[in-house]
Amino acid sequence: MTATSNAVAANTAAPALKLTPTPGQTIGPFYGYALPFAKDNELVSQARPGSIRLHGVVTDGNGTVIPDALLEIWQADEAGNVVSKDGSLVRDGYTFTGWGRTAVDNVGHYTFTTLNPGATEEGKAPFIMLTVFARGLLNRLFTRIYLPEDTAALAADPLLASLPEDRRRTLIATREEDGGLRFDVSLQGENETVFLAYPRES
Amino acid sequence: MSTETTLNESFNDSHVLDPAATALSQEAISAEITDIHAAYRQSVVDGAKAATQPRIDFAPYRSSLLRHPTKNLHHVDPETIELHSPAFGERDVHALESDLTIQHNGEPIGERIVVQGRVLDGDGRPVAGQLVEIWQANAAGRYIHKRDQHPAPIDPNFTGVGRAITGPNGEYRFTTIKPAPYPWKNHHNAWRPAHIHFSLFGTDFTQRMITQMYFPGDPLFSLDPIYQAITDKEARDRLVATYDHSITSHEWATGYNWDIVLTGSNRTWMEDEEGDH
Repeated sequence: MTATSNAVAANTAAPALKLTPTPGQTIGPFYGYALPFAKDNELVSQARPGSIRLHGVVTDGNGTVIPDALLEIWQADEAGNVVSKDGSLVRDGYTFTGWGRTAVDNVGHYTFTTLNPGATEEGKAPFIMLTVFARGLLNRLFTRIYLPEDTAALAADPLLASLPEDRRRTLIATREEDGGLRFDVSLQGENETVFLAYPRES
Repeated sequence: MSTETTLNESFNDSHVLDPAATALSQEAISAEITDIHAAYRQSVVDGAKAATQPRIDFAPYRSSLLRHPTKNLHHVDPETIELHSPAFGERDVHALESDLTIQHNGEPIGERIVVQGRVLDGDGRPVAGQLVEIWQANAAGRYIHKRDQHPAPIDPNFTGVGRAITGPNGEYRFTTIKPAPYPWKNHHNAWRPAHIHFSLFGTDFTQRMITQMYFPGDPLFSLDPIYQAITDKEARDRLVATYDHSITSHEWATGYNWDIVLTGSNRTWMEDEEGDH
């Protein structure tokens, strides 16, 4: 019994870090001309077959939209391949780099043009990784945007399975009639999005 | 009363200051900070782990009140996509983008500085070939930004935006102008210490971070709720650059050194784990 417990502990504890990570800080309100760039939210052209709109709003604890958040996504391609190609900041309109960034608009709305990611491993539920930055948010937040279709894979997903239903649904996007994905982010409040921590953060 | 208006850090309505915002004195904010820090130090005495990241529910930073998640971050084992990072290269960033003093027709006003250092991961390994972005106010404490209406001069020769790709040893180097402190509307007479914002990528996307570099000896440190949101003094000190006379160059620029440590890479650990099975 003791041996089993130790084995479990050994498998879940990440190795200690040699150095202490530098603290994060808020992105603040004035990143305006630093981080946004041309076509930052267009991982693919809208004209590309299979392109979809991923969009939603970012809200605070009152349910009020936030006008100064910045979001980034990082995802696999349609076949589930993790790409490693440069050209995210100077897009040529053809290369899929898997990464995008967008500032929300005056009414807290964001839009990416992207592709449905494939599962990176057989039987896994495909998702898009999302990072949230905002004035008033002292450190970045990570979350996942799961595609709603593969219900068997969603049911088997270890992260989703570890959450109660009302929390679980905050991570699953809604498919819209035009093929787009709707995913709202709540920093706080009744529908507070599940935000993630990884083993080796500090 | 709109919370958004009260807490807005923009200055375009500074002629109609909300009494609710200006009613909060620095003394009141500082007292809140002191209490939180005292409670933190006691928790460490009682055996709690050092808090080396900012506390996201740090009430003295009023803008955080409605924007911090109330539930604990959910611990998760990263999957394939999270163990990789976007690729950046010369196509993305021109070498001259790391010099913020040559982006316009003339010399920007202010103290020219060089800020250099290394980006490492939590295992001490250099993070090479990754994007570092910076942005900052000018020598008068003004950002080039539509929401920044602080009545300090805009410098037509300084936008305050730079990019670089880290070298083989994780090194980066920016030439820029020392930014000035500036007022903001967290409370009455609130001023931010001078700082440069840094945005960084690691080899895993889980290492993505945005932070701020400060300058040594700034008298505003103890008054600033954003800086003080890092309750651990040793951790706070990590955001302060070191003046380095060996970086300073004759009749040209003063020099600062600032190394940045990202979190550990989860990728190696996962591979090791798989090897164990």
